[in-house]
Amino acid sequence: MGKFRKKFNRFLVYAILIVTAFVSIFPCYWMFASAFNSTEQIVGGRLLPSTHLIENIVNLFSTYQIVDGLTNSLKISVTTVAGSLLVTSLAAYGFEKFRTPLSEKFYTLFLLGMMVPFTALIVPLYKMMAAMGLSNTAWAVILPAIGSIFLLFFFRQSFKSIPNEILESARIDGASELRIFIQIVFPSMRASYAAAAIYAFMTSWNNYMWPMIALNSPSKQTITLMVSKIVTSGYYPDYGVQMVGLAIATLPIAAIFLLLQRSFVDGLTGSVKG
Amino acid sequence: MHMKLFKQKLNDKTMWAKLAFPAMFCVTVFMLYPFVYSLILSLYSHKGLYSEWVGLGNYVRMMQDQVFRKALGNNLLFLAVQVPIMLVLGLLYAYILQTDRLKFRGFFRMALFLPCVTSLVAYSIVFRTMFMNDGLINQILLKLNLISQPIQWLTNKTTARIVVILALCWRWTGYNAMYYIAGLQTIPRDMIEAARIDGCNVFQEFFKVVVPQLKQVIIFTSITSTIGTLQLFDEVTTLTKGGPANSTMTVSYYIFKQSFELNNNYGYSAAMSWVIVVLIAVLSLIQLRATKEE
Repeated sequence: MGKFRKKFNRFLVYAILIVTAFVSIFPCYWMFASAFNSTEQIVGGRLLPSTHLIENIVNLFSTYQIVDGLTNSLKISVTTVAGSLLVTSLAAYGFEKFRTPLSEKFYTLFLLGMMVPFTALIVPLYKMMAAMGLSNTAWAVILPAIGSIFLLFFFRQSFKSIPNEILESARIDGASELRIFIQIVFPSMRASYAAAAIYAFMTSWNNYMWPMIALNSPSKQTITLMVSKIVTSGYYPDYGVQMVGLAIATLPIAAIFLLLQRSFVDGLTGSVKG
Repeated sequence: MHMKLFKQKLNDKTMWAKLAFPAMFCVTVFMLYPFVYSLILSLYSHKGLYSEWVGLGNYVRMMQDQVFRKALGNNLLFLAVQVPIMLVLGLLYAYILQTDRLKFRGFFRMALFLPCVTSLVAYSIVFRTMFMNDGLINQILLKLNLISQPIQWLTNKTTARIVVILALCWRWTGYNAMYYIAGLQTIPRDMIEAARIDGCNVFQEFFKVVVPQLKQVIIFTSITSTIGTLQLFDEVTTLTKGGPANSTMTVSYYIFKQSFELNNNYGYSAAMSWVIVVLIAVLSLIQLRATKEE
């Protein structure tokens, strides 16, 4: 009886996992498969890829400035990742390893900022960017994303695992704080940096509302904004072209994520443990 | 020598501020300042280039605004229905993925995370296309003879809301499960072993060992999900454009419309956003209280 129950439990575990995996993967699969199909085939309910990929790609690139969109997205995302990782990890190191009563108060204030809804900032930010002459430039999207409080919190939690003795002994050896940060903190926290980089890149690449407000000219738009307009801009929606557009917009982040999946969870574990 | 030591000590006291300065600068300029600015804006009414002090006029106006009330109601509905379903599912999957001697663990984990990499716009378009009247879902249901007429998923009030909830669950369950998986790995093995030796069954193990150990992480995900849901925008704009008849309109989308689509009603928009600010603050505090109780 016990053995049967055990077997049944295992069966249940696999059944749940398989159903979940199917539900998770299917929409993604369907998007990529439909990129190979014509509109008639997609509306006709075809599930397998067919032979219209090249045609869809040609139509997509001839109608929309996809290359511009990808370049803009890449420029914005890479700058945001570099800037936010540098700024937030430095601050997190300061808050964690040079704690004073005052710094703790400031840190609490920072954390409260996590509750500030971006919705409350869009109108003032829009006016500020206009006043600074940054409307319709990549900086209007990059600058507000650099001081990420989530990343600051994430890095501080991760840095708790760095033993103070190592930092102390480096200091006694006469290393400057900057050197300690570059030569000890950064290398030992590589998994956390990788996780933070994936998070920041995905957030920036997929960002929709703010870029839509900040970037009005078509040549400045990100790939995410561009693909959001594919179907709505025509009388006869071309679903094949739309799916290729979505696939192209999704591919870079999917690739990065799947390659670095392991270190993402490792980095996350490091921060939850702290 | 004395001087040098003194200086070093002084340095240490302000070191955190030096290191945190760039971050504090960014947050002050691009968050704190606009945050305060929006509170001031909310006391003005804007018509074209003119603005006029109206005091609490915008707040009074919004209480009579049927669309705003509906939008806020929708946000709260999504919060009350979708967030609990998603968090419970995420917790269950994370727990199941930790089963001993599980085959294809890596594959199942990857499948669970896959939705998180799709952009909100991309997956919303995929769902919109799948749920249109002649879309894939209706075709499958028709072929299986489960329905005789296509269901008007996105043009019926109730089903449109259901599709939004389904879509949100699809995209965000894995994201939250990720935190639980990370959290589960930090629970000492011995603790679970001990519970098993004491004769705990799966359910007891789950509720008596796993959930209490993950309490902090659960509260964290619950707060971030609350914040996210109260600001819901990308999904509803793409899936339904807030329709039909505003049945999936959210406050963020209405704010966007009021400031950038219909008119430049900045003051009114700012006032509405402060309702969200207050709601998030209150709900987060309640949830934080729950962790502190022990």
